[in-house]
Amino acid sequence: MSKRALIALAVVLAIACVLPFVVSNYRTFQLTLALIYSIALLGLNMLTGYNGQISLGHGAFYAIGAYCAAILMDKYGVPYWATIPVAGAVCLLAGFLFGLPALRLEGLYLALATFALGVSLPQLLKYHHIEKWTGGVQGIVIAKPDPPFGLPLNQDQWLYFFVLAVVLVMFALGWNLLRGRIGRAMVAVRDNHISAEAMGVNNAMVKSLTFGVSAMYTGVAGALGAIAVQFVAPDSFNIFLSITFLVGVVVGGLASIPGAIFGGLFIQFVPNIADEISKAAPWAIFGIFLIGFMYLMPMGVAGAIRLGLARMARRAQNSRPGPGAT
Amino acid sequence: MDAFLHQVLAGLATGGIYASVALALVMIYQATHLVNFAQGELAMFCTYIAWSLINAGVPYWAAFFMTVGFAFVLGVLIERIIIRPVENAPVLSVVVVFIGLLVILNSVAGWIYTYTIKTFPSPFPEKPLFGFTYVSSHELGAIGVTLVVLLLLYSFFRFTPLGLAMRAAAQNPESSRLVGIRVGWMLALGWGLAAAVGSVAGMMVAPIVFLDPNMMSGILLYAFAAALVGGVDNPAGAVFGGFLVGVLENVIGSYVVGNDLKLSVALVLIIGVLVIRPSGFFGKVHVTRV
Amino acid sequence: MKRISIPIAALLAAALAAPAALAQKKYDPGATDTEIKIGNIMPYSGPASAYGTIGRAVVAYIKKVNDEGGVNGRKINFISVDDGYSPPKTVEMARRLVEQDQVLVLWGPLGTPPNSAIQKYMNMKKVPQLHVYTGATKWNDPKEFPWTMGWQPSYQAESRIYAAHLLKTKPNAKVAILYQNDDYGKDYLKGFHDGLGDKAASMIVKEVSYETSDPTVDSQVAQLQASGADVFFNITTPKFAAQAIRKAYDLGWKPVQYLNSVSGSIGAVLTPAGLDKSAGIISTQYLKDPKDPAWQDDKGMNEWRAFMKKYYPEGDLNDVFNVSGYGAAQTLIQVLKQCGDNLTHENVMKQAANLKNLEINVLLPGIKINTSPTDFAPIESEQLAKFDGKEWVRFGEILGQ
Repeated sequence: MSKRALIALAVVLAIACVLPFVVSNYRTFQLTLALIYSIALLGLNMLTGYNGQISLGHGAFYAIGAYCAAILMDKYGVPYWATIPVAGAVCLLAGFLFGLPALRLEGLYLALATFALGVSLPQLLKYHHIEKWTGGVQGIVIAKPDPPFGLPLNQDQWLYFFVLAVVLVMFALGWNLLRGRIGRAMVAVRDNHISAEAMGVNNAMVKSLTFGVSAMYTGVAGALGAIAVQFVAPDSFNIFLSITFLVGVVVGGLASIPGAIFGGLFIQFVPNIADEISKAAPWAIFGIFLIGFMYLMPMGVAGAIRLGLARMARRAQNSRPGPGAT
Repeated sequence: MDAFLHQVLAGLATGGIYASVALALVMIYQATHLVNFAQGELAMFCTYIAWSLINAGVPYWAAFFMTVGFAFVLGVLIERIIIRPVENAPVLSVVVVFIGLLVILNSVAGWIYTYTIKTFPSPFPEKPLFGFTYVSSHELGAIGVTLVVLLLLYSFFRFTPLGLAMRAAAQNPESSRLVGIRVGWMLALGWGLAAAVGSVAGMMVAPIVFLDPNMMSGILLYAFAAALVGGVDNPAGAVFGGFLVGVLENVIGSYVVGNDLKLSVALVLIIGVLVIRPSGFFGKVHVTRV
Repeated sequence: MKRISIPIAALLAAALAAPAALAQKKYDPGATDTEIKIGNIMPYSGPASAYGTIGRAVVAYIKKVNDEGGVNGRKINFISVDDGYSPPKTVEMARRLVEQDQVLVLWGPLGTPPNSAIQKYMNMKKVPQLHVYTGATKWNDPKEFPWTMGWQPSYQAESRIYAAHLLKTKPNAKVAILYQNDDYGKDYLKGFHDGLGDKAASMIVKEVSYETSDPTVDSQVAQLQASGADVFFNITTPKFAAQAIRKAYDLGWKPVQYLNSVSGSIGAVLTPAGLDKSAGIISTQYLKDPKDPAWQDDKGMNEWRAFMKKYYPEGDLNDVFNVSGYGAAQTLIQVLKQCGDNLTHENVMKQAANLKNLEINVLLPGIKINTSPTDFAPIESEQLAKFDGKEWVRFGEILGQ
């Protein structure tokens, strides 16, 4: 990473660490949720942005992660931080298994298969034979974690820093993955899967693995979400959640890691803004926002920033006198 | 046996609903190579327009054709005004615009007409045909209307120059421009037709499920499945897919796993079909040459 | 907590005016001399947006109250926000209302999952979660959750009334049940099972569920008919209720039908289903149905109609949800009135648990609201009614007093 990018990152991180001490607990809670969504969006972005596989069902993996955490904490007394890796592992497996048959599907057909996944999972969660564990339609209530070692933080602040730490770890892992061989293979499969296969990339493996990893990220986010909200119920994870994730990824910027953060902030805060503007038809305002965003920034916020920076760099270059300039 | 026959017939009836909406989805796909998620809400909105006309005293068939015309114009306008600006954006950005449209139409319909369900009249007789109580006359009539629309669409795309131009514009915009086809207007026309087909579907569906702003949300999933399982570039496939999905849904719900797991079974089925035939039953298999 | 010290003059004046009551003002955040802040969470968007009209009706009613001078000289600042029926959003909105807006009361949040999600939080914060808008039984638990209280009669209690009626009139019946696969449907189902007791297993021959994403319930109704049942317990929300009633009739199935009160509206359910097709249906009522000819000239309902015309003209006059919101809001106003100048969280719950024989103009005659420190269920009574093709004919006595 360039020096400038590192400095920008350090500044952003510093601000992020100071925020919970200057804003109210409620805002800290909202920011925690936005960070959690950004982990989920990074997962989806890997699959859709970098690997070109569309998913309209990632809400299902978020739900699986959330229920993992809730069941472990509620029924087996597992401490909250230990549920995160378990949720990740379960979703890694689930995503990989789903990715295998879905391999043969392209574009629309994959979208349909994932859509069906997103629609069917809530009903599965309500199934009465597994009600013992899932709590059925009533859901599961879980306790909020306390700061460890008697740190002088309240619960909201501690959770924020915990989530921030997970974000940093997941994002660092993701950045490493995408920069390396596997990441390049993913992009190659997206752009031209025939050439990729010809060059020795095992398409099937890459695609299934990407599905798995993407599901793992979203599952981790789901577990964190359950802990933050302290409640899981099938109704929280309907198809609108999957669609919201897709919207977040596109608005944030496809194939972009910072895009996940922008997307997370968007899906957390913009519906609230829409609600403030109109009680009569809040969704309509949200829809207008969506369309407006796509008009102004078809490549998402990250894309728009990239374009903006490139334009500034070009302008700086043009204003510098060149060898043959008059 | 009686009950089974009943479920199959009920499935064909609901399948007719899915088939008509799937037709509109396929229409839009053939014209633009995009799946319009807002298709259902557009159909619902146009059905409300028809309802307002009928409530104001306009006779059924006059309102029907006025609505179809209005839907056509609305479709063209939406393409020209809302979709055009993102024509060259990545596919997913256009999908987000569709989602925005879907949400706006749903919300506005709820605001104007409230969420209380409304009855929508049927042009078909009230009495079941031949005293056959399993399927109402309207459901049979709706299936008939869907088949007629299918026939019209098929003839249009196959046998008219305009239909050919539209298909060309969707498949290969650059070459089409080179031979003088106004690609922009072809897309708008495609949208108009799809909206018109959708409005017919809405007006056939509403008497069965009652008119309310969320009328189409459940149907859209099944229509989507129907269109793809039948092959997204084949209108007849979409209709076949619709009936298949309707019957399977009912039979599975009644006999195989009960309604509690219906959706999960549907998921497994869809994946199963697509794994065996990735382009749907009757879709064209795309062969990419290196 | 703000405690306002009273100037001597005011004390003297109060002492002269009302020697019995010492006018000591006590305020918690959300209350001042001129304003009372009430929070509310409703699904204005999302899959349950049909219930958003209740929120709008209540907002309109509060405006009416404010136009007429407010409560005890204070205007009500009613902050209603959207949660889209999504529990994580409900949690966020509850925190916003309690921590940021600092409301005195969180009133009438709608839906069982949303309320389940915030129940622990509200009780921890010791802010009233008052008159929650759901019929789930769990809101009547003053020992565990002293800050949460419901309003409607519970779904389980209603089901038990049907079960009792069935055992009395048709003890050997075969029952088929259609229910919505969520907390509301399952709550009604449980109450019915409990009400039938040991006979449940032998009497219930078929139970079939549906999801709100299903386009129709025609297949389910056909399954129920095929079971040979002669009694049909219809646990569906309005759209599906209309479909089920019509389909049953069209299939030639004529069971004794019990319809849950959520879908008892003549205008919103029975008329679309077909009034002739709905004849004979049994349900329970506690509210006056706006389309029922019996209340055509009723004073209370006319007041409601005038209110709708002036303050909520875009609302549907057929929709009993709008009547319900109007009635519930009046209960809130009564509680606030009883608080007088002692507007603390604690006193609000105290007064909410101190309603004695409160009559509301849109509740059925004879149904009164009663609460006490051990009874957190404001409305417990309902009356059975049978639809005769034109109106609901109430029979029997008022049950559940």
